[in-house]
Amino acid sequence: MNETLDLSLYARRVGNGTLDMELAVDGIACGACIARIEGAVKRLPGVTEARLNYTNRRLHVCWTDGTMEPGQILQALEDSGYHGHPFVPQRVEQEEAAEARRLTRCLAVAGFAAMNIMLLSVSVWSGNVTDITPETRDFFHWASALIALPAAAYAGRPFFASAWRALKSRALNMDVPISLGVILALGMSVVETANHAEHAYFDSAIMLLFFLLIGRTLDHAMRRKTRAIAGNLTALRAETAHRFAGGELVSVPVAALKAGDRLLVKPGERVPADGTVLGGSSQVDESLITGETARRKVAPGAVIYAGSMNYSGALTLKVTAAGGAALIDEIEKLLDNAASAKSRAMRLADRASRIYAPLVHATAALTLAGWLVAGASLHDALVIAIAVLIITCPCALALAIPAVQVVASGALFRANVILNAGDAIERLAEVDTVIFDKTGTLTLPEPRAVNTAAIDPELLQMAARLALSSRHPLAVALAREARTRTPFEGAVEEPGQGVRAVIEGIEARLGSADFSGLSHTPFIPAQAGIQNQIRGSGELPPWVPACAGTSRIKDNPGHSTICFRYGARSAVIAVSQSLRPDAPNVIKALALFGLDLRILSGDRAGAVEPVARALGIESWQGGLKPADKIALIEALKSNGRRVLMVGDGLNDAPSLAAAHVSLSPISAADVTQAQADAVFLGERLRPVLDAVAIARQARGLMAENLWLAAIYNAIAVPIAIAGLVTPLIAALAMSGSSLLVTLNALRARRAPSGKEK
Amino acid sequence: MNVLIYLLPMALGLGLAGLFAFLWALKSGQYNDVDGAALRVLSDDDLSGPHGEERREP
Repeated sequence: MNETLDLSLYARRVGNGTLDMELAVDGIACGACIARIEGAVKRLPGVTEARLNYTNRRLHVCWTDGTMEPGQILQALEDSGYHGHPFVPQRVEQEEAAEARRLTRCLAVAGFAAMNIMLLSVSVWSGNVTDITPETRDFFHWASALIALPAAAYAGRPFFASAWRALKSRALNMDVPISLGVILALGMSVVETANHAEHAYFDSAIMLLFFLLIGRTLDHAMRRKTRAIAGNLTALRAETAHRFAGGELVSVPVAALKAGDRLLVKPGERVPADGTVLGGSSQVDESLITGETARRKVAPGAVIYAGSMNYSGALTLKVTAAGGAALIDEIEKLLDNAASAKSRAMRLADRASRIYAPLVHATAALTLAGWLVAGASLHDALVIAIAVLIITCPCALALAIPAVQVVASGALFRANVILNAGDAIERLAEVDTVIFDKTGTLTLPEPRAVNTAAIDPELLQMAARLALSSRHPLAVALAREARTRTPFEGAVEEPGQGVRAVIEGIEARLGSADFSGLSHTPFIPAQAGIQNQIRGSGELPPWVPACAGTSRIKDNPGHSTICFRYGARSAVIAVSQSLRPDAPNVIKALALFGLDLRILSGDRAGAVEPVARALGIESWQGGLKPADKIALIEALKSNGRRVLMVGDGLNDAPSLAAAHVSLSPISAADVTQAQADAVFLGERLRPVLDAVAIARQARGLMAENLWLAAIYNAIAVPIAIAGLVTPLIAALAMSGSSLLVTLNALRARRAPSGKEK
Repeated sequence: MNVLIYLLPMALGLGLAGLFAFLWALKSGQYNDVDGAALRVLSDDDLSGPHGEERREP
């Protein structure tokens, strides 16, 4: 069936007959790809602009309306060996881009002002110990004021705005002492300058803003980068659905579906939206939603959920809720409760500022009172109190945590872990219990042929190549074994039965036992273990009764078989969920970290047990509903445990939200991924281990940095209270401590304690 | 010290010129694709035609 691809959802009109579209491009490996991709797209008729952003792997295309179909862009990319996935830039992402530009502008202004004022200040400092005339000094101070006041008014806005918001809601945050310090320092300096004083604090105020803006810009850049990558991944995973449009089938992006649409779901496809079955009957695999690996039969009237895999027959579906955002009511309710509980967890920086901000204000106030009691004039006491406020301003403190976070998230990124939540690093470091989901987390998300070692390699390759011609999920799993990716010519698929082709004059059949003419299916041991103990049929006598095998398969739906016959030779291939290749090693290493490991699965106990045994995890439970999982996590939490939940199914989404911190493989359901604090890529479980190791190291560095900042204050504050702080000392102390903290943060770049090569 | 009357504004003017140059570069998207720019400069794309007229970049 030749259906058209409707991408109109993604094309935006930009005036005078020009359309533009953003695509996330997959498969970019090097710089030469830029020219190849842009060249290929520009050769299309009507394309006026094609520009690839190498940093975030996105292609921007403009073309004249009516000259071509947007689908041609995808085809052009496909022909040059890349995959393009159109997407609509998220509003959040655009807002963050604007915010990043605003911060960078503030940083530039503050940097310019800081450098020029330091130029003037250094002259005054050296002049004060030699022979500067009071007139020249005043002139320099007024010049500093001229630069500092407008610059602070511009560059200080992010802090002033945040402090104002906090005060309006009757709270204190780190920005309150910062804003107060900057404003008081500037105001006092103007008064001092007007009175021809020796010292002015314009340089301190502007330097403070400059350093703080560096920290904030870095922090923001890190978040933006991970968000852009997460956005690309979502676009790469976006699938299309077949929608009936007046008798014709049109392929539309899933994002364009509306409730009430009628869809066709072919065998081997994922159900794109929640809906009711109108016609057809099939079996659906809901392991992504419930964790249950046994398939469910559906007939007209049945309700099916987005993310289910359609196995055997084509279904006509009426969409009840679009976008895959709709959940089973219960899950949605659990999710709401769990997510609100989590937002109460406080970030380390906020906790530090909660203690620190009142302390700063109290110290400054006490200093003022103390000097007044000691008999100083109000003017002198005020000057000293403000100096205390400036010197205690949390410059190093504000850099201490963001700097480590930026460096650590870079290290995590190299370990294939992408952060969703900014404070996930801190929470990951505190973990003492790890709970794994089974299906799709400990096991690979897609089934594999598991008894390949027992089958004649030549026969296996032939079967795998034949499997390339089918969309049936079992065939897709088998096709992964194929070394040659070209299907046999003349292969014919018979729906619901199998594929056949004539290879070198002999007929080959792959499919059900009947279809392949294997009247004698071999006996499959019921608890064959998950990996490798299932034997190929080649060694089995043909008189083993067929019913034995098939009934066993029904008992143990985790294993499915697919039969292959080539002339007189035949094989039975078992397809099943298999463990991630490095799971046993990673589990062992995690146990060495002193973590308590558990498995909580929605799948039957019989399916969970072999996995737990293979991995050496003693504490496991199967057949759990989402609410049970949450109850177990809550019980652990009330015992003071910090739980890391690793899961992928829709049924895991609430428990991910309930856990202290959560990880999800990239193959997880959309909603689940949105709940996870971090997402890991690839087939391996290794990123889970790396994430914990890197987070622990980063947490250590954050604590070190906070101590460094505290030591700096312990030295500087007494000097300030004694009234000995000159602007020179303030500038030195501030830049020195900031530099120290930043350099210390760079140590997070190194892989944690020699475990990485 | 009269020399300061014109030296100081000159120094400030130069600094401001640098600041505005940076803000302009930021606004015109020079920093949107830092990794790509480093690679594009190596591409011989613009020299491919025999007369070197096939310049692709806008």
